[in-house]
Amino acid sequence: MFEDIGNLFQGFSVALQPFNIGVMFLGIILGVIIGVLPGLGGANGVAILLPLTFSMSPTSAIIMLSCIYWGALFGGAITSILFNIPGEPWSVATTFDGHPMAQKGKAGEALTAAFTSSFVGALFAVIMITLVAPLVAKFALKFGPAEQFSVYFLAFCSFVGMSKEPPFKTVASMFIGFALAAVGLDTMTGQLRLTFGFEPLLGGFDFLIAVIGLFGIGEILLTIEEGLAFKGGKARINLKVVIQTWKELPKYWVTSLRSCLIGVWMGISPAGATPASFMSYGIAKRTSKTGHKFGTGEIEGVVAPETAAHAAGTAALLPMLALGVPGSPTAAVLLGGLLIWGLQPGPLLFVEQKEFVWGLIASMYLGNVVGLIVVLTCVPLFAAILRIPFSIIAPVILVICAIGAYTVHNSVFDVVMMLVFGVLGYILKKTNYPLAPLVLAIVLGDKAEENFRQSLLASQGGLSIFWSNGLVSTIMALGLIALFWPLIGAAWSRLRPAPASA
Amino acid sequence: MDRQKTKNVQLREKNAMTRTISSLSLTAVAAASALCLLTSAPAQAAWEPTRPVEFIIPAGTGGGADQMARTIQGIITKHNLMKQPMVVINKSGGAGGEGFLDVKNASGNPHKIVITLSNLFTTPLATGIPFNWKDLTPVAMLALDEFVLWVNAEKPYKTATEYVEAAKAANGAFKMGGTGSKQEDQIVTEAIQKSSGAKFIYIPQRGGGAVAVQLVGNHIDSSVNNPIEAVAQWRGGALRPLCVFDSKPLPYADKIADGKSWGDIPTCKSQGLDVEYLMLRGIFMPKGVTQEQVDFYIDLFKKVRETPEWKTLMNEGAFNTTFMTGAEYAKWVENEEKRHADLMKDAGFLANQ
Amino acid sequence: MSEHAEGAAGSGPSHRAVEAGVAIAIGIFAAIVIYGSIKVGTGWGAEGPKAGFFPFYVGIAILISSVVNLGLVLLSKEPDHLFAEWSQLRMVMSVVIPTAIYVGFIPFIGIYIPSMILIGFFMRWLGKYGVPMIAAVAIGVPVAFFIVFERWFLVPLPKGPVEYWLGF
Repeated sequence: MFEDIGNLFQGFSVALQPFNIGVMFLGIILGVIIGVLPGLGGANGVAILLPLTFSMSPTSAIIMLSCIYWGALFGGAITSILFNIPGEPWSVATTFDGHPMAQKGKAGEALTAAFTSSFVGALFAVIMITLVAPLVAKFALKFGPAEQFSVYFLAFCSFVGMSKEPPFKTVASMFIGFALAAVGLDTMTGQLRLTFGFEPLLGGFDFLIAVIGLFGIGEILLTIEEGLAFKGGKARINLKVVIQTWKELPKYWVTSLRSCLIGVWMGISPAGATPASFMSYGIAKRTSKTGHKFGTGEIEGVVAPETAAHAAGTAALLPMLALGVPGSPTAAVLLGGLLIWGLQPGPLLFVEQKEFVWGLIASMYLGNVVGLIVVLTCVPLFAAILRIPFSIIAPVILVICAIGAYTVHNSVFDVVMMLVFGVLGYILKKTNYPLAPLVLAIVLGDKAEENFRQSLLASQGGLSIFWSNGLVSTIMALGLIALFWPLIGAAWSRLRPAPASA
Repeated sequence: MDRQKTKNVQLREKNAMTRTISSLSLTAVAAASALCLLTSAPAQAAWEPTRPVEFIIPAGTGGGADQMARTIQGIITKHNLMKQPMVVINKSGGAGGEGFLDVKNASGNPHKIVITLSNLFTTPLATGIPFNWKDLTPVAMLALDEFVLWVNAEKPYKTATEYVEAAKAANGAFKMGGTGSKQEDQIVTEAIQKSSGAKFIYIPQRGGGAVAVQLVGNHIDSSVNNPIEAVAQWRGGALRPLCVFDSKPLPYADKIADGKSWGDIPTCKSQGLDVEYLMLRGIFMPKGVTQEQVDFYIDLFKKVRETPEWKTLMNEGAFNTTFMTGAEYAKWVENEEKRHADLMKDAGFLANQ
Repeated sequence: MSEHAEGAAGSGPSHRAVEAGVAIAIGIFAAIVIYGSIKVGTGWGAEGPKAGFFPFYVGIAILISSVVNLGLVLLSKEPDHLFAEWSQLRMVMSVVIPTAIYVGFIPFIGIYIPSMILIGFFMRWLGKYGVPMIAAVAIGVPVAFFIVFERWFLVPLPKGPVEYWLGF
């Protein structure tokens, strides 16, 4: 333990070398740009910039790449809040309250809350990595297909059953998402399905295409219909907003802590940042005193998903370092990087490459501090974007959306689909179909199905595999509780007619 | 500036040498031009890319093909082997079908190359996607990827024979994990079943890394991971290699774990498991390109193979470093296609079966 | 979201008609999914559930919910209101149609030139800007994207004959 702390300080001295600090700033700025541009995801960005780092030392290289990753995590929130376009999958849940806040003229507050929460989540995860890395790494190994499925099950259950929209519309919306997720190659049988011999459908529907269309283009169409201006142009654009928001944030420490734990768990398991953000938002909505106001611009609705997403994104690096298993696509690309620099990820990395590992961990602390400083100083700048006249910003957003849709698979067909989803998003929103369940189902649908079928293969068809050990049973039970929470809540309040003034 | 020019000329000289058999007169010309430094380009100036080269990966980010392609991109950038940038693009949809169709439809485009794995054969056969390797121009075989039978190190099996006996005794309850369905890992599994008579439940996963972890976590009983996918877990003492699916032991003598090297792993054949399988890691171009253009890339990859980074990768992943080009390569691919068609037909993996 | 349309003076499609249309469209989508699933097999094969097993039941669930939704719309006693005024829909279409044309041009002349035209068109039509301003933004933005994507990140975007002629 003491030795570890010594190593960490050693790591700080490596990360604090002027060259490495410079590399950190560069990485964060590139990362924010990557996070802002939809389609250019963290994985993509890191992969693209990987060759740049071959001439650096492994430690500088991983500092740069992990900073790109932090930057992308920070950056994903910006377009979600300002334009309702999630630049990254895990920022979808941030749009639910972040964008309404921006529409109310509180873009600065929303951005500050998002960035600060991201920082808190990441910091929590890094501390976990520093203190309990080997222990936590073992935990990740316990997740076989059945356990993975139970995690997705929990993610769905904690998010569904709480929307205000008519239940059958929610069901329709979610199952449309599942159907879209099923298009393309079925991993389990290696067969094509629902493609009807149409080549552009081979790759299936990427979730980003749907999100850019449903949320981004749909929002522009709604704005056009209601008049020709983005609301929220009067957002305050000075740095005072940061301090004021900070005064408000400590109130939500319970939500914050819960989201940190959810995030770290999901990052390690490794289900990833996206289910973490949805799950955290869903649970916060249920347990918050102002839960009924979620979706109208509650700051807590920004804190919950952002904290969880960033904690998960950070924690996902742990299994990569300790086991050589990537917890996220970005981690997978970083893993490739390790090999090229002549380092072998895996159980021995902590022993054989102390300088590298602790340099990386130290850079996680410093990178996030640098990131927070960079993005917070830019809050006024970002908020000022909303003051650009609609007639300029709208077509530019259309172009960004088209580029984003194209870069996902380098396919023009995706751009066409984006527009189709845009019109669909407009109509569905106006007819009261909730869009979030659809998106959640596209993101997690095929993975959940895959794990479900892997489990059944392993058990030769027996459903009892989902109750076969303590871990999987607990998660499944949590899922069921979450699913029937409204009923349980109703029963509870009947038992205790006068609820204690909570 | 002058030095730069000399370097270019020398480079061209090198190209020319490797290209022609009767290189004497050419070398003389090149040497002469290198000396006087006045003539800008010899008449036989080799073709060079005039715009960024797209490098298609018919697989997702983070996998074996992706790692190799990105290493190549890094090597080319670092050593300045090409004037135009190389752009790596993943097109993994439909088990890579998306990427192959993209190259097929780019007929005549010399600025597009694709790295292939066994899905060059398995994808069209298993899914019926309208594509065949004959729609492409073979450039070069970079290496062959080995397959190794792995078990969890906590398990008592020390040899493949012991393991197969245990699998037989378990009466089909043993689980074999692998990447994808009806692809190389499942083909190897089928071949093991056929050769040994043991039955396995094959559980497809998304990628080789995930398979190795499932094996470490004891969620499956064995895997046929490529060396690079499982080496970290071997070194960490979590996995044990039992045998390699090649005709002779691997030529790598560096100690990896427990005082053993890749070379110490016996062949499966010597263990009574008569299965051999190697996976192609090769480069193709679209149809309708000129021989000059193909030669440029052959030469490029020859230079890549000379770099220390490439050698590290080969060493790390215990690759079989056979290099082939031209007719020899095309012939090899043709044989391999037949072999896959037979294997997959036997296993019932064909799309229209 | 749609309260503003209620009691508005103008005319337009009725909300109920649009709701019914959406429910029917979702039903058709469900039918396609079910058909596609049956084609690949919905039963339980040697490898566990077949490829169509899961989407088949998903399709059934969509079909049932769309029937319920349709029933709810048709039986609803609530007074109908406007989905949107025609003038509003005209505005929406005036974004959708140029964007559709924009997307249609991308495969043939690349993404950069259509982007310039799209931005210029909107600035002229909605913002009534002068030529210098339009030229600056409409040319500047795509060029900036070109530098960021093609040069920095080496991500190729669709290019057409003009870019080819310029040597990119």
